[in-house]
Amino acid sequence: MPIAAAIKSLFLKEFFGAFFLAFRYMLKPKPTINYPHEKNPQSPRYRGEHALRRYPNGEERCIACKLCEAICPAQAITIEAEPRGNDGTRRTTRYDIDMTKCIYCGFCQEACPVDAIVEGPNAEFATETREELFYDKQRLLDNGAIWEREIARNLAADAPYR
Amino acid sequence: MAKIIVDGIEVDVPPEYTLLQAAETAGKEIPRFCFHERLSVAGNCRMCLVEVKGGPPKPTASCAMSVKDLRPGPNGEPPVMFTNSPMVKKAREGVMEFLLINHPLDCPICDQGGECDLQDQALAFGRDRSRYTENKNAVENKYIGPLVKTEMTRCIQCTRCVRFTAEICGTSDMGNINRGEESEITTYLQSAMRSELQGNVTDLCPVGALLPRPQNFRARPWEYSKTPGVDISDALGANIRIDTRGREVVRILPRLNEAVNEEWISDKARQSVDGLKLQRLDRPYLRENGKLRPASWAEAFDAIAAKAKTAAPEKIGFIGGDLSSVEDLFAAKVLAEKLGAKNLDARQDGFKLDPSHGRAAYLFNATVEGIDQADALLIIGSNPRWESPVLNARIRRRWRAGDFPIAVIGEKHDLTYPTEHLGFDPAALQAVARGEGFGAVLAKAERPLILIGAGALAREDGVALAALAAKLAVKGDWNGFAVLHNAASRVGALDLGFVPGEGGLTAEAMTKAGALDLAFLVGADELTVQPGAFVVYIGTHGDRGAHRADVILPGAAYTEKSGLYVNTEGRVQMTDRAGFPPGDAREDWAIFRALSAVLGKTLPFDSLAQLRALLFKAVPHFARIDQIEKADAGALSKLPAGEIGGAAFVSPISDFYLTNPIARASKVMAECSALAKGALKQAAE
Repeated sequence: MPIAAAIKSLFLKEFFGAFFLAFRYMLKPKPTINYPHEKNPQSPRYRGEHALRRYPNGEERCIACKLCEAICPAQAITIEAEPRGNDGTRRTTRYDIDMTKCIYCGFCQEACPVDAIVEGPNAEFATETREELFYDKQRLLDNGAIWEREIARNLAADAPYR
Repeated sequence: MAKIIVDGIEVDVPPEYTLLQAAETAGKEIPRFCFHERLSVAGNCRMCLVEVKGGPPKPTASCAMSVKDLRPGPNGEPPVMFTNSPMVKKAREGVMEFLLINHPLDCPICDQGGECDLQDQALAFGRDRSRYTENKNAVENKYIGPLVKTEMTRCIQCTRCVRFTAEICGTSDMGNINRGEESEITTYLQSAMRSELQGNVTDLCPVGALLPRPQNFRARPWEYSKTPGVDISDALGANIRIDTRGREVVRILPRLNEAVNEEWISDKARQSVDGLKLQRLDRPYLRENGKLRPASWAEAFDAIAAKAKTAAPEKIGFIGGDLSSVEDLFAAKVLAEKLGAKNLDARQDGFKLDPSHGRAAYLFNATVEGIDQADALLIIGSNPRWESPVLNARIRRRWRAGDFPIAVIGEKHDLTYPTEHLGFDPAALQAVARGEGFGAVLAKAERPLILIGAGALAREDGVALAALAAKLAVKGDWNGFAVLHNAASRVGALDLGFVPGEGGLTAEAMTKAGALDLAFLVGADELTVQPGAFVVYIGTHGDRGAHRADVILPGAAYTEKSGLYVNTEGRVQMTDRAGFPPGDAREDWAIFRALSAVLGKTLPFDSLAQLRALLFKAVPHFARIDQIEKADAGALSKLPAGEIGGAAFVSPISDFYLTNPIARASKVMAECSALAKGALKQAAE
């Protein structure tokens, strides 16, 4: 046995090293959190549950350009479009996201020219059935209504880096 | 031939070639907006600028300068042209920047997005950012008809549409008003365009200024699956591309075929697609107590079998429709043979010539390409503008090339080119045959074209008229006897021999009361069978045939099956299946196969491939796709002459937009038809 290794094992160097490491962590603040009651800080770029936004005047932003549908690598988005009855503008009649297919890559919000489809900060949308994860346009617009403040804040916070 | 060096590649091209064509010969692509192969040169978009040595010392519009305009070098070197020099790059970037000054940045809501020339070329040749911060120009949208939606702010004033309507359509509907920044493309006082080819401006428009209105905002170009097909709205057999999204046919675009339709199609071919979804028969029906009720296939077949058992073979008849493919008619014909029925006919309009008169008697023998070689034209009993607008555009192009006298016998119509009107009735034709008036012109012509339509050949004296006209048409190797049919299935049916057998009845005779006990209508919607017969209708739409039917068997429309169609010149063309028929509907040949088993006369094929093998054995030239089987002109001289009546020729088409069940089901066509009728009334006042 080489002399250095003999000294190491005689004085229990690894033992005390591990002991002090554990002792140091004991004195540090705890990283575990009491999850539903406490939450970690979140980046403004966080890609959570999708939402369709509206303009402040209540008009929906989506113009049915179908770029999100085209870019979606998981082909989770389905859009049908036609001229809207009252004013003939280009609108979706159907905007579905299959959240079971979605891989949360964020390409849809990157592709969107009007910031209509966004991935909001919400990550807590687990459901009991599969069907509940097939989001339709109403569900996405409702998400937008619920999360608009956070989404707008996140977009504003991230804007300088785009 | 003249030599020119394009980017170091020396090419030898005809001296009248433009620099743009010379560059294409060398394999160099030059961006362009206003230039189009089939239109005159305008040279106003400036996108095709190139650098030349031996020409002006500034960037030169390559579409407007020809190779012969350039000087050779001092020692006789060929002129030099650059398509990728720094000067060219800078020039293109400059032009693109100017074009984009007033072009809105609304690609996401523009239907052209994804197939837009401006979008593609801005990406390839433009700068990556704009220096323009002032306000953009906006232009009010114009109403120019039910088929074309305008978004005039997007217009870049390439004037392709203006030149198209003036040169190809011959209606000069569109024009450019004002100048400079205020210049706008519009129709006169925003009236609707009057051409039957107006839909083509949406293909020509390099930006999203003119878009197909019925497809407004429906789909993106990348969503379509594209299927090559053949148009069935007239007998020209224009090549089309059927674009489907999911199961639905959304739009139809022309497919390039120089020999048939070049790159145009008629509005009926393009925009009757919505008729494929409306009024469709999607399940069998059975008439009980005078009312049609939904039934199962088995019930429907049993009802037919019960009737077929009691009906004598000479009381069973088959009438072929105008849109049927050769396969459908072949299956019907084989079934008729098995049943011993001799009453077969696909000539609903009473067309008088049949295969016994020789194949040359019912073909457009000169071929569509032959129009370009013809040197005189006599139109008899036909209105080509309504019977085949694309063919009419070809005649107009020949007329524009000059030295092409055209005369008409029959109804007077605006054919978009000047014609000499010789008379309304056969007397005028007889005068021409005697060599009077226009007869002298035809006698002098080396390649006279005699275009004769169903207006003449569907009369009682049709064969005699054909015999008379044929005498004028044949000169040496040139056979200018050109029959213009109205039905896409007609030549196929005649080639197949879908005509009355010995002692058989014609379609007209079959409809008479008491003529038949059991009548099969294979998509025949242009006539009504009189009460008495038990009518089985195999077809696609709830149209005339289905209203009269006792049993309805739902079939497949032309986009929903692979089939052969033979156009008026005898060219065999095949379509592919773009989608599936709705509901319980099946392909027509399969219906006949299934029905034959119930009748105990099983047809000898179980698949389309087997059917085609039998068909090709029976008529070998059907196997030669995209080719014309030339007909022997000798048959024309044997046409029996006969007594010729005195009644005036009547054009078989009274409404261009509503000639077949698909078009009659289409809302867009109904709108066009109403508009056209209104326009006629206005013109009459």
